[in-house]
Amino acid sequence: MSNVTYISGKEPHSREHRLIFRNIDRKGYDPGLKCYLKDGGYEQLKKAVTMEPKAITDEVKAAGLRGRGGAGFPTGLKWTFIPPTNTKPVYLICNADESEPGTFKDRYIMHQDPHQLLEGMAIACYAVGAKLAYIYVREEFPHAARILEEAIAEAKKAGFLGKGICGSTFDLELYVHRGAGAYICGEETGLIESLEGKRPYPRIKPPFFPAVLGLYMSPTIVNNVESLCHVKHILAMGGAEYAKLGTPNNTGTRILCVSGDVQKPGYFEVQVGKVTLGEVIQDFCGGLKPGRKLQAVIPGGSSAKVLRADERFKLKRGDEMVEIGLEDIPMDFDSLAACGSMAGSGGVIIIDDSRKISWVLNNINSFYAHESCGQCTPCREGSLWMKKISDRIVAGKASPDDVATLESVANNIEGKTICAFGEACSWPTQSFIRKFRAELVADTREELAGVPVNHETTLAAANLKN
Amino acid sequence: MSLSVPADIEKEIDERITHYPVSRRSAVLPVLHILQRHFRFLSEDAVSWTAAKLGLEPIQVLEVVTFYPGFRQEAPGKVHIRVCRTLSCAMAGSYELLDNLCQAVGIDASHMGHHHPFAVSEDGRFSIEFVECLASCGSAPVCLVEDELHERVSPETAPDLLARYS
Ligand SMILES: Cc1cc2nc3c(=O)[nH]c(=O)nc-3n(C[C@H](O)[C@H](O)[C@H](O)COP(=O)(O)O)c2cc1C
Ligand code: SF4
Ligand code: FES
Repeated sequence: MSNVTYISGKEPHSREHRLIFRNIDRKGYDPGLKCYLKDGGYEQLKKAVTMEPKAITDEVKAAGLRGRGGAGFPTGLKWTFIPPTNTKPVYLICNADESEPGTFKDRYIMHQDPHQLLEGMAIACYAVGAKLAYIYVREEFPHAARILEEAIAEAKKAGFLGKGICGSTFDLELYVHRGAGAYICGEETGLIESLEGKRPYPRIKPPFFPAVLGLYMSPTIVNNVESLCHVKHILAMGGAEYAKLGTPNNTGTRILCVSGDVQKPGYFEVQVGKVTLGEVIQDFCGGLKPGRKLQAVIPGGSSAKVLRADERFKLKRGDEMVEIGLEDIPMDFDSLAACGSMAGSGGVIIIDDSRKISWVLNNINSFYAHESCGQCTPCREGSLWMKKISDRIVAGKASPDDVATLESVANNIEGKTICAFGEACSWPTQSFIRKFRAELVADTREELAGVPVNHETTLAAANLKN
Repeated sequence: MSLSVPADIEKEIDERITHYPVSRRSAVLPVLHILQRHFRFLSEDAVSWTAAKLGLEPIQVLEVVTFYPGFRQEAPGKVHIRVCRTLSCAMAGSYELLDNLCQAVGIDASHMGHHHPFAVSEDGRFSIEFVECLASCGSAPVCLVEDELHERVSPETAPDLLARYS
């Protein structure tokens, strides 16, 4: 079994609670089947195939597992959306596209503990009645694809995949499918189109909810790598016991990926809602760089709305409303939503006071301008306009009016597109402008106010005054 | 149409196609990946060959090739480098990293942009491309050299990295 080693993480922090990442960077642990079996591997699959499929879904529901891919949708509930009268084949796809900027967790699972994912997928397939499943791995993970294929071959040979799994009548074929470098393939319906061999143009919902009309127009369950791994642990612990981890409605553990301006960036598996953003920055990541102050945090991947360091938030604590600062936000789905952002993919990006806000926003806008699939006019045109306007602001060639124009472009994308990329690309601009308007305006040029927004004239005017 | 695909490559392709029992068309991406790995880029002939192999119209293959940033219609250098451009890497110096790498191999980076995805050095040894988030933001800045990920690449010492690929 081949191995890849990257700069390893730190020893797990004492406040981490590792389920999914238990074997990541663990001494003596390798991605081979032998090692996995020695560690109690595939015991849950053996148990699963003796259970009623519905009983597994019920455990996942009782566990309260919410999807770790972005939207936080209840996993068990999603599985029940397959029409009860369905007679078509059912498919399961593991979303291993991991392309939301700031997110870097699924890669470690695939590289270091691939059988954990395969076991989780096999159990999920049994629960939803899928006999054919794919792992959609982004193209930039060539080693993950190879390691997974080796793991699949091992598992098949040992009777954990293929025909008559663990002596039951359950059959499952599982394949790796590699993407080709497009962010939109992470969106589940774009992913499905891509797997069908087409351009990954997302489909409109309704009617194309994957659980009803997915791959090859058949019911298809799409779940994130981390979500599928949790299924194994839910079965091992029992749904009710699993639900005791984390906080109500935000159960279990999740992996936070922290990057940007902290001393020690990295990944941390914590009980959902049991640590605050301040603890993540200070305790887990060793605080900010010397002499620096916190300016902003993007808490759930680059699509999540930015939080400003000195913002105050209102949160419900029991029956009471309390006002808290950014450092006290619990890292869970509901709290981050109540604070006007989202837990998203778990990618936390820390921005200190050395960064120009216009530059940060422009970097994000460039990403979305590059990645729009181009199907919907507001998104295709708007994402590029947003980039061009923020290009101008960064270059010091924008008029103060440009900030309002930028905002109106974002407002005209959100809610007007086929897929949630429309929101993903407008939320950064909307939130940065709402919270950092003065900083953005400060980077524009007063004397350009009123000059028609035309690249040539703007440039000419800017040069004239230089 | 004159793409000569070695027998072992065709065998690998035929095996891949069996992974898609419901629809041969689903094998477009894997077939293109195998061809690109072998030929280094996807020529018009590779597109027609793939279409014929899968029973598709060439346009159905071409529209896939032109959409995905991971597919190339021109030959890259012997060693292709992809530098992450996105936020966490940019904060850690990836723009400087790109500049230094380009300078080290003699590539004029000013021609690179959204519509000129990569540039090849004059001696054909290296090509460099700016790409979006490589999902390793915690060890920024990062770059992929062919299949190998390099983490925390200091922009200053980056050119040393290239020595390993000479
Ligand atoms: C633009 C866009 C990009 C996405 N990228 C990813 C991704 O890279 N990985 C992922 O798991 N989910 C991604 N998602 C979410 C998926 O559409 C889908 O909701 C998710 O895979 C479902 O899995 P879960 O319920 O286990 O979270 C993306 C969504 C959108 C709108
Ligand atoms: S919103 Fe954007 S990414 Fe989504 S389908 Fe429309 S154009 Fe494509
Ligand atoms: S921003 Fe470079 S790897 Fe994510």
